[in-house]
Amino acid sequence: MAQAAEAVKTTYQGQMHLLQKDIMGRYYERLTRCAEQGDGKAVYMMISGNPVELALAFDLIPVYPEINALQLAVKKVCLPFIQKAEEMGYSMDNCAYVKADVGMFHSGRKTPFATIPLPSLILCNYVGCNVYLQWFEHLAEYSQGNLYNLDIPFLHGEFDEPSAADITYVVRQLEEVIEAMERLTGKKLDWAKFKRIVAISGETGELWAKIKALTQKTPSPFDAYFDSVTMMAPLYCLRGTEEGLRFFETALKEMEEKVELGMGPLPEERFRFVIEGPPPWPYLRQFRDLFSKWGAVAVASTYSTVGGLWEFGFKHDPNHPLESIAAHMLKWNLTNRSFLQRYEQIHRYVKEWHADALVIHSVKSCRLFSAGQGDMREHFTKDLGIPTLLVESDIEDPRYFSEAQMKNRIDAFFESLEHQKMLRESAPKGDAR
Amino acid sequence: MIYAAGVDVGSTQTKAIIINEKREIVARALTDTGANVTRAANKGFAEALLAAGLKREDVAYVVGTGYGRYKVTFGDAQITEISCHARGASFLFPNTRTVIDMGGQDAKGIHIGPDGDVKDFVMNDKCAAGTGRFLANAAEALSLSLDDIGEIAMRAKNPVRLTTVCTVFVESDIMSYLAQGKKVEDILGGVHSAIAARTISLVRRVGIEPEVTFTGGVSRNIGMVRGLEEKLGMKVNVSPDSHFVGALGAAIFALERALKASSEKHEATPAVAGAGPTA
Repeated sequence: MAQAAEAVKTTYQGQMHLLQKDIMGRYYERLTRCAEQGDGKAVYMMISGNPVELALAFDLIPVYPEINALQLAVKKVCLPFIQKAEEMGYSMDNCAYVKADVGMFHSGRKTPFATIPLPSLILCNYVGCNVYLQWFEHLAEYSQGNLYNLDIPFLHGEFDEPSAADITYVVRQLEEVIEAMERLTGKKLDWAKFKRIVAISGETGELWAKIKALTQKTPSPFDAYFDSVTMMAPLYCLRGTEEGLRFFETALKEMEEKVELGMGPLPEERFRFVIEGPPPWPYLRQFRDLFSKWGAVAVASTYSTVGGLWEFGFKHDPNHPLESIAAHMLKWNLTNRSFLQRYEQIHRYVKEWHADALVIHSVKSCRLFSAGQGDMREHFTKDLGIPTLLVESDIEDPRYFSEAQMKNRIDAFFESLEHQKMLRESAPKGDAR
Repeated sequence: MIYAAGVDVGSTQTKAIIINEKREIVARALTDTGANVTRAANKGFAEALLAAGLKREDVAYVVGTGYGRYKVTFGDAQITEISCHARGASFLFPNTRTVIDMGGQDAKGIHIGPDGDVKDFVMNDKCAAGTGRFLANAAEALSLSLDDIGEIAMRAKNPVRLTTVCTVFVESDIMSYLAQGKKVEDILGGVHSAIAARTISLVRRVGIEPEVTFTGGVSRNIGMVRGLEEKLGMKVNVSPDSHFVGALGAAIFALERALKASSEKHEATPAVAGAGPTA
């Protein structure tokens, strides 16, 4: 059993990372200008399968409470906001994204990265997470803002497709959203502009899918969990913009170069794993290091499909813009999919991305998506024989992260994988030595 | 003679074992971990050396394990207690396929293969329900010694049904049973039964395949051994060294590495640079 080095850290900073910082910085400056100088109107949306293309067609500024909450965690300033929400009466068990965001909302909406504008429209697309309905209702209550809730039928069954009626149902609601946005902005929807934006989203998604296919290579040119996070921010905040598209062109080129050079995020790729669940944002670096020291690289992640699932053939279609947004909401994002579909998605990753193991990071304050992960672990370990590790902490609340416990489980898991690998390698192969 | 040692720095106690190249245990040491983890590791190892009549340099290889494994500053390598418990348990009972380990703050189940390798494991998460700490709190609430409660629990005729397995709330639960005039042995019977049930449901997640070996500090508690056996409907292996199993497994890993290093040294041709295990 080889001992992992204690300090293997990733240091790679490419053009892609610099560009990301730059464009995300400008995105947040825009939010601050909107909040402080009244420049533009903000629309709050959730990440999963949102209709940002419509918001952009009306020059509305998309604001994502989810992303703001996770940024607070990454910047390690979320706890006082969580505590403030708890003082207001939010339960300990409540989604910590909600609490951090609500606490921040009631603290002047000031964060280290932006001042968050008040919403002119609160547009909640209900995909899978019913907590978001309450979250957005609360924000509407606190801001006295206009709330529009999109009702998206959940996708049931293993190989289910949304029905034609489902698509029509969502399209009809999107038409109502268009009317609401027309009232808000005092202008008619410019369909040509809207279709151009949808086309850009389509191209962006396609580039993202190409980037994701590269992690099927050995070594994987980037970590499909920890490095995907860098790409997810522009994908969500800037999808449908030229700027976002340029970013993904740069990222693809850079990653293709890394494949050519046989470069990965770590000096040596010893294990390839698939990971389910969002990361522990307050301890992102520490969490990553726990895997890096074992030479373990994530080659696919379900979390990177929360906002949209492009790698299995979906593309926004400018010729059917509303229908393709409806399809995105109904089928092509992780959160609107049933557990069996999630199993299927993970299983494809393990097979097609040639992974050795599955890691599940379960989120304490998200019972909605964490419930059932015990069964998931069993399914993959016992039914499919894929070594699976389940660890638990939280997306936002730093009080749930116990580094000693986390390290123990991750070390033990890779120790046993290392041992099995050693047994396989030392098994007699004809006349070895 | 080649000697190797394992030092298991647990949340509550630190255990050290020294073995010789014939895999015989030559010394054991047990000390409270306390606040200074490095000192506890040093103390445990020093006591084991003293008991064995050995000097530090006589021990060829030391493996640290347990929560404080990275504080075993004199150690040559660190291995998690999951791997070490699996190895130690299958050394003591070679037919072991399932290990139930109950320590001060941990309860774990390990499914192991025929060669002693870890196939799968589960642990309690951020909650000390079902661990030694729960029993310690119950003993304290009843003003009894932790070492005695297992025997007392065996005398239970009508064990109570505890409403909680929460380590914090167990005291108030016990108080309410005392107020109702329940017998101490019946309360302790309920405490042991609740913990046994909780632990078994945890371990079932990896699958319980015989033989089952029970390790960790709590395995010294006869009431818990019987509780597990009753609920599992099978015999559970327990050794007088069961609470040293982590340290023992670590010592065996250490010995294997020491022997490997020694045989490589004795090979006629010098080893190619970089050959052999990294640690």
